[in-house]
Parts: sequence; structure tokens; C-alpha cells
Amino acid sequence: MWSYILRNLLQRLVLLFIVSVIAHGVVHLAPGEPTQVDPSNPRMKPEDIVKIRKAFHLDEPLHLQYAYWMRDLLSGELKSFKDSQPVLPKIWDRFLNSLPLFILATIIVWTLSFPTGIKAAIRRGSIYDRSTAFIAYTLISVPGFFLSYLAILWVVAVLGVPVIGMRTFGMEDAMPWFQGMDRIWHLVIPSLMSALGGIAVLSRYVRSQMLEVIGQDYVRTARAKGLPEDQVIYHHALRNALLPFVTMFGFLLPGLIGGSVIFEQIFAWPGLGRLGYDAILSRDFPVILTINFIAAALTLAGTFVSDLLYAVADPRIRLH
Amino acid sequence: MSQKRILKDGTPLLKVEGLTKYFPVHSGVFSRVTDQVQAVDGVSFEVYPGETLGLVGESGCGKTTAARCVLRLIEPTSGQVQFDGEDIIGLGRTALRTMRQHMQIIFQDPYSSLNPRMSVGNIIGEPLRVHGLVKGKEYEQRIDELLERVGLAPDTRQRYPHEFSGGQRQRIGIARALALNPKFIVCDEAVSALDVSIQAQIINLLKALQEEFGMAYLFIAHDLNVVHHIADRVAVMYLGKVVEMAPVDELFMSPKHPYTQALIAANPIPDPDIGHDVVPLSGDVPSPLHPPTGCRFHTRCPQVMDQCRSLEPELNQSGEGREAHGVWCHLH
Repeated sequence: MWSYILRNLLQRLVLLFIVSVIAHGVVHLAPGEPTQVDPSNPRMKPEDIVKIRKAFHLDEPLHLQYAYWMRDLLSGELKSFKDSQPVLPKIWDRFLNSLPLFILATIIVWTLSFPTGIKAAIRRGSIYDRSTAFIAYTLISVPGFFLSYLAILWVVAVLGVPVIGMRTFGMEDAMPWFQGMDRIWHLVIPSLMSALGGIAVLSRYVRSQMLEVIGQDYVRTARAKGLPEDQVIYHHALRNALLPFVTMFGFLLPGLIGGSVIFEQIFAWPGLGRLGYDAILSRDFPVILTINFIAAALTLAGTFVSDLLYAVADPRIRLH
Repeated sequence: MSQKRILKDGTPLLKVEGLTKYFPVHSGVFSRVTDQVQAVDGVSFEVYPGETLGLVGESGCGKTTAARCVLRLIEPTSGQVQFDGEDIIGLGRTALRTMRQHMQIIFQDPYSSLNPRMSVGNIIGEPLRVHGLVKGKEYEQRIDELLERVGLAPDTRQRYPHEFSGGQRQRIGIARALALNPKFIVCDEAVSALDVSIQAQIINLLKALQEEFGMAYLFIAHDLNVVHHIADRVAVMYLGKVVEMAPVDELFMSPKHPYTQALIAANPIPDPDIGHDVVPLSGDVPSPLHPPTGCRFHTRCPQVMDQCRSLEPELNQSGEGREAHGVWCHLH
């Protein structure tokens, strides 16, 4: 068991290294450099460009640039090209901003999808099943940003609730209670909007998993035992249907990073997704690469956790 | 080969009358019901306390559907099922659950019919807990007892179904069915998925348990030798209908229905003293979607007559109760 975990971790470290090398290559292969972002800027003289390129090691070969980046990242001295601020604290701040959005959206998705999907599976072919299917496919088909703009229009015009950004400016002197309510109001619509697509997809997935399990022989066995229907559904069927979702849970972690680039952009939410988006536009290589690196690390950590959870959840999968 | 038990007359434990199950066939854009599969059509039989009724027939003739309708694991389309004097079909959900204590089932596939996420102890013990039959220490004791009774070590209770072989799993299934002390157990092809040597072990276990606890079996099988070995009486099904029903020895020695004769003739019995006229059957079983009119067997019957094609045969019965030999055939 322990040797399995150790081996698994080592493999993932190697994988992480490979991912970072490829990401580094891709970012540098893409056209554009920090110096070329604004070529019409009159202050950018050729000698300045040479100076900047030298300062950022952009004139050196790729593998050396990778080494510089790694060295700075590990020593914590990595600085943004754009504003020379340390990258890690910058990412951490944005991460804390993204976190409530991510947590609330995740809670909404998982708490709504399961009851919806299970009920649809139990009443297969009913009006409930058909109407949830219709709504789900509508939500999957309609782009999230479109719905978001509609939601903004509606919320602002009808309810008079502010939705842009994380808080209303000029409320710093207000009572803590008002500030808190203001924050919650700002949080609700973006997290609901980014959850909608997830609910639609996950509830369909739950439904198909449940349908598959409900037809199994051991569910019939449970009925033959004379168990109450609830126990048959939730104890025997659902527990077996849950297995694939353990894997999905592992993939949630990287969603912390890039989960809501679009929604943070629409709602002007100063989160990680927007940081990455802005960094790409300004060719801020250290920020792009570090966010990518953390996302890769989280993905690997997430799949590692779901591997372990698998063994806990399913006695047939034993780690030796 | 077969143990002839003293057949006492009495009131039947289970009385099935005119049991019918049609499965609707959906098709078209709006998936309307366009047709019906007549899986079980007017089946009647009785099971007496402590006896084994064998139910035989080809694959797809409705044996399993009939048995599941009896337990209401499938809702029958029509018909009467009386268990211990109580009408099973009319029972509400709660009453039906209580009734399940007394009527259990052992499934064909020991691999898929046990929940892979539950330990053996839980699989066996769950019905005990749900029906509130035992408490506390007694609970653990009862599980150990059941495991031991079916020939498994008590320390297997913490293990999971995938750690067992097919025969062992079927023993778990039997222990689970036994847990509630039922009066009646349906063995739905309980040994068909097992090796022949394991089959014998399980059948002997089932027989020993019956002698010990006195429950009745409805034993579904397509292997005539197995049925000959375990059953007291046998019902033969063809295409959703019972065509012949008789005490086991009588059925094997003097089958009356041409279908039964063909089945028995086709069955290799390792005994040169039992002679049979070989009746070859041609053709396939017709579709239960549109079963033949008249006698359903007329399309393949070697002794078919004109009236067989249009007239449904009536029951011709000799003897009473457990000794009755009934046949549904125009020849008799």
C-alpha cells in the first residue's frame, strides 16, 4: 500500500516536470513577447527592447529560460514581467478571491444534480424525467455568457441588486453587516451562472449511472429481501452508482484555477481566471507558466486523491 | 435417483391461478404500446408445505417470469396468487414487504445478484435488521450460524462477494434467503451457472436445508436431471403455459404430453433400464409475441391433429392434490 502510494507520487512528479516543460515550450512558441505587446508605444526604442529582453532572459536559449523560471519559482523570487510584483503572493491573493465563487458553485452543482438525476432515473419516462431532460439540454446548449448577460440585465433592472465585481465601491465605511450582505449579493449570481452548466451535465450523468445500476441483479436482490424502497435506492443502488463520481471529484481541484475564466471576465471578478487571462494578453510568461504549473499540480493531486478514494469506496479495488 | 417422499394431502402453501404476464412492446416515435409479449399466459399451480415443485421448460418459456410474478418482483398482468391463505396480488407496499419474510428467492447468477459494495455479513444480516427479527449480540450470532449452516467459515463475514468462487457465492445467496426463516423459497435456476460438481453440492445443501427447516421450494431449472433429483412434483412449461404437471416419478416414467415426451427423450439419462421412444422435435420455439392459436405446441408436435390448430386444450387430470397428474393436450 505505502509503496504503491510512493511509486504513484514519484510518477506524478515526473509527469509534472514533463507537463511544465511542454507548457514552457508552448508558451514560448506562441507568437508575441512582452516587448511586442504594444509596438506603437513611442517609448519602446530598439535599445530598450534589447534591455528588456536581457533583463527577462528572453535573449537566451529556451532551456536556460526554463531553468531560470524554475529557479525563481522554487526560491519564491519569481516576478511578473508586467509589474515586477512577486508572482506567488499575487496568485495567492487572486486564489482567495476565486475560492468563494468556486466553493459556492460546486456546492450548488453537487447538491442540485444528485436529487434531480436520481429522481429522473427512478421515474424514467415520466413528465418529470422529460422536462428535466429538456431543461438540461437547453442549459447545455445555451452559452453560459449569454445567460449571464441576461441574468445581469434582469437582476440589475428588476431587483436592483449590484452584481459586478466582488463588492460595491464606497461601502468601506458601512456597517460590517451591510458589507457582508453586499459581498453575498455579489457572489450569488456569478456562482449560480457558473453552476448552471455543471448542474445540467452532472444531473444527466447521475441519471444514466442510476439507470444502469437500478437494472442490476443485486438491486432486485435487495427488493426481494423486503427492504423499503428508499433503502433499495439510496443504500444499494446509489452507493454503487457513486463510483464514477469519485473520479469526477478528483478533477474538481484543478477547477479551482481555471474553472471560471469566462464568468470572472463577465462579472469583473478579480479572481485567478482573470489573472491568467490578463497575463496571456500581456505575454506575462512567469504568471502564465506558474498558473499552468499549479493547475497541473492540482490535477495530478486530484487524480491521486481519487485513486485513493476509489480504493476506499470500492472493496473490489485493492491497492497492493 | 429421486427420493420418493410420503406425499401427504393438505392445503397448499402457495396457490397460483391463471397467472398472466404480458410485457408491452413500445415502438414508433411516441413509443406507444404496439404489441404484447405473452410471457406467461394463464399459469396455475400449487406448492404444498415442505415440498419441491420443479418448473422446467426451454429458455424463454416464462419460468422465471412466472416465479417473479409470484413474489411480485414483477407485477403480473392478471391472475391470483395466494400464499398461506393471503392474497399476494392485493397487498400494499408495506404489507408486501412484511410478506417477503416468508417468501424468498435464490437467483441464478451468483456473481451479479450480490451487492459488490457490501460485506457478506451485511448482505446476510440486512434483512434481519430491516425486519427487526434479532437484536444486539443475537444478530452476530445468527449470521455466524447461517454461514456455518451453508458451509462457510464464520470469518468470511467481513469479506466481500468478489473474494468468493461461484459456488461459495451461491452459498451466500442461500444463507441470505434463509436468514428470515422463510416458508417458501424460489430457486430461480439456482444451480445453472455452476459447475456440475458444485451443482451437486448446492443441490444436496438445498435438500438438507429443506429437511431441516421444512420450507417449500419452487425449483426452476432447464436441466431435467437436476429436477428429477430434487423435485417432488414437476410442472412443464411451454411458451408461457403449463402443459403437464405430475409427481416427479410419474412424469419421468409415463409422460403424457408430446412435449414432455420429447424433452425426456432428449435428456441423456445414464441408466440403460429406462427406455424411451425418441420423439424428434423439429423447428424452433415460436415467438411469444404472436403465439400459435389453439395448442401452442401444435407447430412442432409430432402427433398434431386438426383440432390442435384452433382449439385450446383443456386440463385432463387424474388423481387429486399432490398426486394429481394433469395434462393440457387434445390427445388425452
